[in-house]
Amino acid sequence: MMRLPPFTYTAPRSVAEAVRTVADGGPDAMLVAGGTDLYPNMKRRQFEPKILVGLRGIPDLSGVRGEAGSGLTIGAVTTLSSVATHPDVMRHYPALATAAGLVSSPQLRNMGTLGGNVCVDTRCNYYNQSFAWRKAIGFCMKKDGDICLVAPSSPRCWAVSSSDTAPVLWSLGAHLRVVGPAGERTIPLSALFRDDGIEYLAKRSDEILAEILLPPADGWRSAYLKLRRRGSFDFPVLGVAVALRMDGDRVAQANIVLGAVASLPREATRAAAALVGERLTPELITRVAGLAAGPAKPLDNTDYAHFYRKKMTRVFVTRALRRLAGLDPNGAADQEVV
Amino acid sequence: MKARLSLTVNGETREVLVAVHKTLLEVLREDLNLTGTKHGCELGECGTCTVLVDGEPVLSCLVLPVEMEGRTVKTVEGMADGGTLHPLQQAFAELGAAQCGYCTPGILLTAEALLAASASPTRDEIKAALAGNLCRCTGYTKILDAVELAALRMAPAAAGRPR
Amino acid sequence: MTEKHRFAVVGQPLAKIDAWAKVTGETRYADDLVLPRMAYAKLLRSSHPHARITRIDTAAARARPGVYGVITGYDLPRVKFGILPVSQDEEALCTEKVRMVGDPVAAVAAVDEETAERACELIEVDYEPLPALMSIEESLGHPEVRIHEYGDGPNVHKNVSLQFGDVDEAFAKADLVREDVFFFEGSTHLPMEQHAALAHWGADGKLTLWSSTQTPHYVHRLLAKILDVPGAHIRVIAAPVGGGFGGKLDPFAHEIAACKLSQRIGRPVKITLTREEVFYVHRGRHPVLMWIKTGFTRAGDITGCHLKTWLDGGAYGSYGVASTFYTGVINPVTYKMPVYKFEGARVFTNKPPCGPKRGHGTPQPRFALECQLDKAAEQLGLDPVEMRKRIVAEPFTKTANHLTVTTIGLAECIDRVVEASGWPAKWKGWGQKNGDRRSPRRRGIGVGCSAYMTGAGTAIYWNSMPHSGVVLRADRSGAVTVLCGATDIGQGSDSILAYLPAEVLGLEPKDVHVHPADTSLTPVDLGSYSSRVTLMCGVAVIQAAERLKAVLLKAVAKKLGVDASRLVARDRKIGDPDDWDTAVPFARAVELGESMHGVLAFPGSYAPPKRAGKYKGGGVGPSPCYSYSACVVELTVDADTGDVILHDVWIAHDVGRALNPLLVEGQVEGSIYMGIGEALMEAQIFRKGLHKQPSMLDYKSPTTLETPEIHTILVETNDPEGPFGAKEAGQGPLLPVIPAIANAIYDAVGVRIDEVPITPEKILKALELKAQGKTPRVGPEKLPLFTFKPPIVVESAFGQPADAIAVRPFADPEPRG
Repeated sequence: MMRLPPFTYTAPRSVAEAVRTVADGGPDAMLVAGGTDLYPNMKRRQFEPKILVGLRGIPDLSGVRGEAGSGLTIGAVTTLSSVATHPDVMRHYPALATAAGLVSSPQLRNMGTLGGNVCVDTRCNYYNQSFAWRKAIGFCMKKDGDICLVAPSSPRCWAVSSSDTAPVLWSLGAHLRVVGPAGERTIPLSALFRDDGIEYLAKRSDEILAEILLPPADGWRSAYLKLRRRGSFDFPVLGVAVALRMDGDRVAQANIVLGAVASLPREATRAAAALVGERLTPELITRVAGLAAGPAKPLDNTDYAHFYRKKMTRVFVTRALRRLAGLDPNGAADQEVV
Repeated sequence: MKARLSLTVNGETREVLVAVHKTLLEVLREDLNLTGTKHGCELGECGTCTVLVDGEPVLSCLVLPVEMEGRTVKTVEGMADGGTLHPLQQAFAELGAAQCGYCTPGILLTAEALLAASASPTRDEIKAALAGNLCRCTGYTKILDAVELAALRMAPAAAGRPR
Repeated sequence: MTEKHRFAVVGQPLAKIDAWAKVTGETRYADDLVLPRMAYAKLLRSSHPHARITRIDTAAARARPGVYGVITGYDLPRVKFGILPVSQDEEALCTEKVRMVGDPVAAVAAVDEETAERACELIEVDYEPLPALMSIEESLGHPEVRIHEYGDGPNVHKNVSLQFGDVDEAFAKADLVREDVFFFEGSTHLPMEQHAALAHWGADGKLTLWSSTQTPHYVHRLLAKILDVPGAHIRVIAAPVGGGFGGKLDPFAHEIAACKLSQRIGRPVKITLTREEVFYVHRGRHPVLMWIKTGFTRAGDITGCHLKTWLDGGAYGSYGVASTFYTGVINPVTYKMPVYKFEGARVFTNKPPCGPKRGHGTPQPRFALECQLDKAAEQLGLDPVEMRKRIVAEPFTKTANHLTVTTIGLAECIDRVVEASGWPAKWKGWGQKNGDRRSPRRRGIGVGCSAYMTGAGTAIYWNSMPHSGVVLRADRSGAVTVLCGATDIGQGSDSILAYLPAEVLGLEPKDVHVHPADTSLTPVDLGSYSSRVTLMCGVAVIQAAERLKAVLLKAVAKKLGVDASRLVARDRKIGDPDDWDTAVPFARAVELGESMHGVLAFPGSYAPPKRAGKYKGGGVGPSPCYSYSACVVELTVDADTGDVILHDVWIAHDVGRALNPLLVEGQVEGSIYMGIGEALMEAQIFRKGLHKQPSMLDYKSPTTLETPEIHTILVETNDPEGPFGAKEAGQGPLLPVIPAIANAIYDAVGVRIDEVPITPEKILKALELKAQGKTPRVGPEKLPLFTFKPPIVVESAFGQPADAIAVRPFADPEPRG
């Protein structure tokens, strides 16, 4: 049986206490919420913290507050199941409900949290392996080694951002409330990520992601499409999050964010800009999908061949836009592919 | 580090002294002798070790008992009402939904939570609820049939209906 | 058995006798067992795909607190072993060389699993790396690197060639001759239960091993050899198996290490593999490259067939010689194939060894043959269903390669599945696609057929003894106890062992106690493989029950003062049906019988009819009888993504007789499921010398969401060889679904994927080729340069009458009961 390495566990009752505990623990301490990402990694010894600071028992960190008109606030430790089935989220931020409801399996969504999914460790099929396996192949730079096994000449790690909810929250313009020893700050979610497979968060390890702040839902339409082999368990190997605000029949604002194509969610800014001021015609959608596929640069370190994931970016962006345009999402791109 | 914990499992409160890094799966099997809870990967990738915590299906391989104080845990051993099997257990046995039987405890508990939330789920809803439980024997067919049969028998309107 | 026989138990959809324990968590699998003072063991496994071991130092591990014992291969008798007598090439713990990542090198027993694991990491092993050969091409291309020193050539484990009739002449007679190349990727069993074993070497010097094994008898035999201990002092008990599918059929390093460690440290030792280790133990589906050439007449008849197969065997022999034969020898059983030539080679590579997985060696050529048949039907302008029906093999005849076939329900299977699926309305003809051409979602329908053996006609080691033995004891309480070495791996063999004597003796299945396989108590049954258990232990237990019944009838007849021939056993009584009021309760009949006869314990034995073809290699393929399946699949292909969405699978299976239709359906549904996984996503693949994805997350096993509705139709042909007419159900139905999916994809989008798994990437690639006006096919492009042996040339036995029907070596001279 795969077992956890030894640690001590503390369960603070407030955010302030949690911040103190993790700061006192220094590099030996790690935060844990649902544990669905950290515990498997600990069992494979990607992490061996001496102290775990559990956030699940902090009442302030759970639950959905506020209303869609002024923007919802979601505690970081709210389970993915709760997010996926929350009536206001489902009605006003449907892409978020979709994304949260597509994470892994039903059981895991009962345990895993929204904050945990936003901060989920980057993944690579040279990295998410047991200690013995990694030892056999020669450790990689993300853990215990000094080269990247997917791109051996690369000076950096190419592990893949594998969150379903982060691209959606980015496309919705969400902000995060982060609390640390030096106090709290509110940052755009897009500022949380760094383009590095190892240091992929621009958050200090002693800072706690406390809340996810959603802007007013007024007038936004959103969609999320996920590529993976099976309808359950599997991480995204491509995520497409699209959020649009319409002015009459023309696009007033647009955000397109791609998941699982790089070490952080990738915003397709040129594609989104090409939508603004335009009608959502099939022709425009086809052109925009081509632009959106540009930033996708998958490498061969997840499921599915990387050329296929790149190719699917165009198809998935097309389908997401067609859905938001009220067009048959499937009646689309056959002339391009076949 | 060991901790003395008070766990409520299948309606009984048990005191255990366990290392805090032991998962609920390990404590159930190794400290409480509740070996009905099985394991297939211990990484959250198969659903075999599913138990109910406060009625919700969770993976016992990724849960720490220290987080379970004040909550209720239910394993397959707690499904029957005394000597009377849960309708799901009865239906799984009658319809051949348990072949090797190894995934069965986790699937039974997941299905129990589904039927508690939704008395007459559609076949697609059952599939969605069980999408986190792998089975290699049955092709899921008889499992879905058995959940449907149990739901029928449990529905109040079904009382007196011959099944 | 006549049709007039009125069944009381047979044919009823009863719950399995072990179902109640399984739904309550009572069933104790091997890892659930705990003994006092038990230690936990772990194996240290090789981190190199191919290397010489130059040094092993276990001192630091032995010194670690909590460690009870450490062993290496030098602590075991230096004897190599393997499941087949011709392939004795494994060491439980490698001493000189490792041949794959995951090869076991040392074992530690400790106070707990964590300590054992950490101690394993303290063992120092120095390796001198050797070139790793990771594919058929690499192994054949580097004869200077030798994985093993034995075999039929450098890195060639087995090279076989058999010819039945003149293939060249057969092709000359054909109106169409097709040559096609296919590849079938390897896959693994992925049982939900990870292998576990508990060994207890008692102070009396006797060893007991509980293990999740499908073959306690072979484990028993081999343990005696490997440990160099008299088999008489070893007891192997099969724990309930949490899924096998062929993956628990070999003796394994963890079992052997647990035994040796237990002897060393004087404690019971339990060892349970991690999921990753299960991928290294493997023995699963061989990757097979296939070339197939078949001649057809205009009407669709096959004039002859020539098949070449190359199997990627992995690092050890395992069942590989049998697997190699099985890629060839079962093919002529489905359709009329008057002339046949088969050449096969199994190649060693530095990967986990392949072996028997559900369908053992036959799903690969079935995929090739059924896809080729479809291509030929299109070229000939024939309906794919009608063509298949026309060429269904003739019952009670011999095949080209001298296999005797008895009943064949394939034509009925095809009819039933065509009707149930609505094929006539859905099949629009070749190249006439359904649906809206503007939508990327294209529906398609496809068909496939197959046959499979009901038990191997020969044992793994040559002998004339029974393949299955039963001892049946009647108790004065009215209960009957069945002792049989068969292992229930979920398929329900224990239940069959209760149903059949209940039927014969007029009891309820609940009155029959079935003891699990235990080599000290139960007569030998060879194991749960080759779909042999229902037939072989079924016939044996019927024989034992008939022997008991004869004695009981005699005793009751004396008591009632009537002739025994008037009496019947039913409703837990024995009596004269015309004077049922005087019938004697079964328990009383046992008392009468025991008073007259002494202890009522009767053996039953079964061995298959001796029908091996009289040529070298003729021992692989014969079976008492063969099951047949026909399958139709309806699906949608998304032409933008290459995604395949399965809607419905209809399968009709000729099971001879469904002893319990519920269990047969369960076997069929499970087979379809496993076939779907292999067709669309499962793949045991490697990168840089390592298994690429040894986890439940990355090895893709279909969930409820990928599994379509499966509609099972049972066809009964009442085979004279089977118990009450039954044939197999657990493997054959896997075969036709894979080509049916491939053929349905062709119907949907007009591309041929001649390689499984059929992934979205491959479909998209083929669609691009099609758009470019190129051949819309993805599949292997080249074959290895390889010379097969000159063939053993034998005359085709095609069409000759079957011989030796229902002649059983251990049958009573005259029928009883």
